[in-house]
Amino acid sequence: MSAPAHAAASSDKPLAAFKGVGKTYPNGVTALEHLDFSIGRGEFLALLGPSGCGKSTALRLLAGLTGPTKGEIVRHSAGSHDVGFVFQEPTLMPWATVAQNVRLPLRLKNIEYQESRVQEALALVGLDDFRDAYPRELSGGMKMRVSIARALVTKPQLLLMDEPFAALDEISRFRLNDDLLALWRQLNCTVVFVTHSVFESVYLASRILMFTPRPGRVAAEFEIKAPEPRDGQFRTSPEYGAQCREISAALANVMADA
Amino acid sequence: MRAASHISFGERVLRLFMPIVALAIAIGLWEAVVRYYELPPYILPSPTLVFETLKSDWGTLSESLLVTLRTTAIALLLAVIGGVLLALLFASSRLVELSLFPFAVILQVTPIIAIAPLLLIYLEPQTAVLVCAWIVAFFPILSNTALGLASVDRNLQELFQLYGANRWKTLFLLRVPAALPYFLGGLRIAGGLALIGAVVAEIAAGTGGRGSGLAYRIVESGYRLNVPRMFAALLLISLAGIAIFALLTLIQHLTLRRWHESALDRES
Ligand SMILES: Nc1ncnc2c1ncn2[C@@H]1O[C@H](COP(=O)(O)OP(=O)(O)OP(=O)(O)O)[C@@H](O)[C@H]1O
Ligand SMILES: [Mg+2]
Repeated sequence: MSAPAHAAASSDKPLAAFKGVGKTYPNGVTALEHLDFSIGRGEFLALLGPSGCGKSTALRLLAGLTGPTKGEIVRHSAGSHDVGFVFQEPTLMPWATVAQNVRLPLRLKNIEYQESRVQEALALVGLDDFRDAYPRELSGGMKMRVSIARALVTKPQLLLMDEPFAALDEISRFRLNDDLLALWRQLNCTVVFVTHSVFESVYLASRILMFTPRPGRVAAEFEIKAPEPRDGQFRTSPEYGAQCREISAALANVMADA
Repeated sequence: MRAASHISFGERVLRLFMPIVALAIAIGLWEAVVRYYELPPYILPSPTLVFETLKSDWGTLSESLLVTLRTTAIALLLAVIGGVLLALLFASSRLVELSLFPFAVILQVTPIIAIAPLLLIYLEPQTAVLVCAWIVAFFPILSNTALGLASVDRNLQELFQLYGANRWKTLFLLRVPAALPYFLGGLRIAGGLALIGAVVAEIAAGTGGRGSGLAYRIVESGYRLNVPRMFAALLLISLAGIAIFALLTLIQHLTLRRWHESALDRES
């Protein structure tokens, strides 16, 4: 192997690993049980599974927003904890304008305020014209796009997204899918992406983890084979269709077993 | 982009004029009854007599009005300072909240009219009146602000945690703005209560105190059976209450109109 030693080491060592993780909420609901998987550096990982199976919980555990009640999560993050999080709900500050909301991570992390960064993030989600609007003046999908812009403004090394495109129309979703892929390549970051959509996960992910119904654990794992870079052609290719079919069938199986 | 108000012009006119018409009819009836039965002023003065008294006694009454308004304003200001500071303290320390909140409740549930005589023994009448007004105005501000500081959206809180926000940033960028609508709601209640507290304490102080507020004028006029003046002073107290409420509602609206649901234009 001619690859430099450190590159080889870093690709060996996963960014984070769930080891026998279980999470039982104080009200007695067990969301996750025996969850084992690892996240490789630079990978685009999709979490797929039925509603209520603990996908959001897994994401919050990964971000360190809550702790596991069983097992452990090993993190090998280099340097500062550089994470962007898109919550399932837009989670905007209603008293702040769109631009102020997007700027928030820079303020909280004491990064010097750069107008261009906010502008760039807003342009990416197509909301440059709404920088001075308040959240209540936006539609559900627009709020979600503000939330995405906010997560991107710090150019994070790890991007966690919880069904970010669920509230969008298909055209916007396809466009943001492509933008996200471009961004992922450009930033060389790691993305963990929760979705309900088999089609979306196959289009985006390099690997898909399928969860069982609650309590969630990994039921199956799929490597997605696709030509790089992916684009609209992949969406209509036979390989894409075949993989979607395979995973849809597996998902139906998982749901039927429950 | 803001939705225009959809209340029609006719509806607005109706909303504004119907209460005025109703009031005019009531006053007219009152005047008619007094004239028809030739009631003496010490039993029931006619509205015209009340207005005349208001005019002739304006010197004394306006002075008293200013005294009452001043007491109310100072008490409200002190209640805002005390209530907000204590709410912030509660928010930062659960121990402080657990140990002090019951006392705030006790202060609130004990009728102010029962506390006033005691305060009058220990304090100068003017100070006692101020303290009474403060006590009743303080609680809604404290409890509302504390509730607001505690009811921050959980996801937003996690977002702040994720980006490593320190306590101060979380306080000023998240909890304070989130608490603002609650605080303003409390303020609106407290404004009216401060006036009531001041009036109650003035009445408890009675002629024994050297007070000179509107309620004191009512007590004094009562002793002299100057019923028209009692009515005139009462009218001024009501107007003061309405003005305070209107002012605080305006402040609330202006502060929240850009973003809060409560200030949304009603559609359809
Ligand atoms: N804060 C909480 N307290 C108690 N129970 C919770 C909490 N959050 C989630 N749960 C429970 O944990 C389970 C998993 O929730 P989670 O939000 O992780 O599901 P999900 O896979 O993201 O579902 P969806 O696809 O519908 O978003 C659910 O049954 C839910 O009731
Ligand atoms: Mg979820």
